[in-house]
Amino acid sequence: MRSRRRGIGWAQRLEIAALSGPAILMFLGFVIFPVLMAAYYGFYRWKGFGPPTNFVGLDNYVTILQDTAFREALWHNALIVVLSLVLQGPIAVGLALLLNRKMRGRSVIRVLIFVPYVIAEVIVGTAWALLLQTNGAVNDVLRSIGLGGLTEDWLANPALAIWTLMLILTWKYVGFAVILFLAGMQNIPEELAEAAAVDGASYWQTQRRITLPLLGPTVRIWAFLSIIGALQLFDLVYIIWGQYVASTAGTSTMATYMVTEGRNAGNYGYGNAVAVVLFIISMIIALLYQRFVLRRDTDGALTGGR
Amino acid sequence: MAIATQSRPRPDSGWGNPIGYVAVLLLIGVTLGPVLYIIVGGFRTNSQITVDPAGLPSPWVFGNYTGVLTSSTFWRQVGNSTMVATATTAGVLLLGVMASYVLARYRFRGQGAMYALFAAGLMFPATVAITPLYLLIKNLGLVNTLPGVILPQIAFGLPATIIILVPFLRAIPKELEEAAALDRCSRLGFFWRIVLPLSVPGLITTGILTFVGSWNSYLLPLFILNDQDTFTLPLGVQAFASQYSVDTAKVLAFTSLSMIPALVFFSLFERRIVGGLTGAVKG
Repeated sequence: MRSRRRGIGWAQRLEIAALSGPAILMFLGFVIFPVLMAAYYGFYRWKGFGPPTNFVGLDNYVTILQDTAFREALWHNALIVVLSLVLQGPIAVGLALLLNRKMRGRSVIRVLIFVPYVIAEVIVGTAWALLLQTNGAVNDVLRSIGLGGLTEDWLANPALAIWTLMLILTWKYVGFAVILFLAGMQNIPEELAEAAAVDGASYWQTQRRITLPLLGPTVRIWAFLSIIGALQLFDLVYIIWGQYVASTAGTSTMATYMVTEGRNAGNYGYGNAVAVVLFIISMIIALLYQRFVLRRDTDGALTGGR
Repeated sequence: MAIATQSRPRPDSGWGNPIGYVAVLLLIGVTLGPVLYIIVGGFRTNSQITVDPAGLPSPWVFGNYTGVLTSSTFWRQVGNSTMVATATTAGVLLLGVMASYVLARYRFRGQGAMYALFAAGLMFPATVAITPLYLLIKNLGLVNTLPGVILPQIAFGLPATIIILVPFLRAIPKELEEAAALDRCSRLGFFWRIVLPLSVPGLITTGILTFVGSWNSYLLPLFILNDQDTFTLPLGVQAFASQYSVDTAKVLAFTSLSMIPALVFFSLFERRIVGGLTGAVKG
């Protein structure tokens, strides 16, 4: 305490530098620097060999914005962002409420609900692709229980594929939302619920008037992470639909577009420009969200600890 | 399913409530169905799967699993994944806890900017930087090596770790620090002897999230590792699935074996994770 009042001395500065230096260097070197390099490469037509020389100005960006394939991908991303919030949010709140109550087998159920979240995207993708293919298990089950009329080409039908994707995303990521919400609920003092019970409030009244409002900050942080994740979605789409089918099935995202048109096509300059567009879109949305939604949670975890 | 019970307001009848249990059973079915399909499917033959995609094994065959378990490819990939995940976790925890300690317990100019720098990193997963990252790794000569995956993963793992750890370290009472100072313990000594032991719950949480994230990561290894010998499990699963695309049963066996470590790891520590996040998610 005393040293703090005197201002910080050299010894402390050295400690600060020694302790935080490695993390900052790693972060600048492998996160910030590549992002800046993307901005640089994005101005070149470049195949990835030697230093880029063919400066094309904003040509790459013009091409991106005029490419209908990119606009479709952008539209899919927008759909995925909104549908993820609308589908996963209510389900996760319901599950968290359910799992926050005392019931037999609760801890087992908690572990089970996280299983999809823990399994790798590659495995989830491979498994669902097998389940949902035309001759797969899902259609087989539907046929055997007499609902043969409901069998569909889940993955290839363009009218359906995006919903199939949403189903898989919900299955995979709802567990993460539940973890966050359960953690948030543990922060709500039990005295509040007890006081409400004394005043004669029913279980549902207590949840609606106390738990849900106090869960607000946690929900808003989850929504933030969900939006960013949805904007950058890559793994599952790329694995299930492959690089070529995704756009015809109507599930391509900006990230799969970036990998297909950039690295796989050998157009590194163009791929970097797509990355920059993706980065700018994510950043604008993140800043707007922080400005208008997270602002009231100035005490929230994202904005400065306590 | 849970929604169905929720929309039916009824007095709190405890868990004698059958609807709650029905909801839970449905939930478990939906959650575990696909996973069980993978595991059980590995015990079938291809002809069984083709004739009756959703059936049970009859008879049970173990050849797929023993085939995978005796293949050197599988074990090499397990080894690679273990190395990458362990090194990533160790690096993230070490660098993360040091930087978090500075952010939580020191006061200096630029502190806010430093926090904002890492918080901003949370918004941008590796996806946006992947192409230049690949070029950077290529220039460093680390393509097709495990450090080429580990180093970027440490960097991208830092933001989440720091965001979770800072509130944890800040919650350690000032009195402890003063008492340590009275006992002539330097601030570094305080860090080593008191802060580290007290932050173990937070370290476990972030450690598990990092480990599982690294174990499952796909995009970065996809760019960096092109040589079969350096493949991690997710790349291996995909390569295996396309190489044996007609041998569905074998793919299922390979897939289910490769998800075991992350699952075991996670279920062992699930309780700790919720506990550890409680400090970070301010309700």
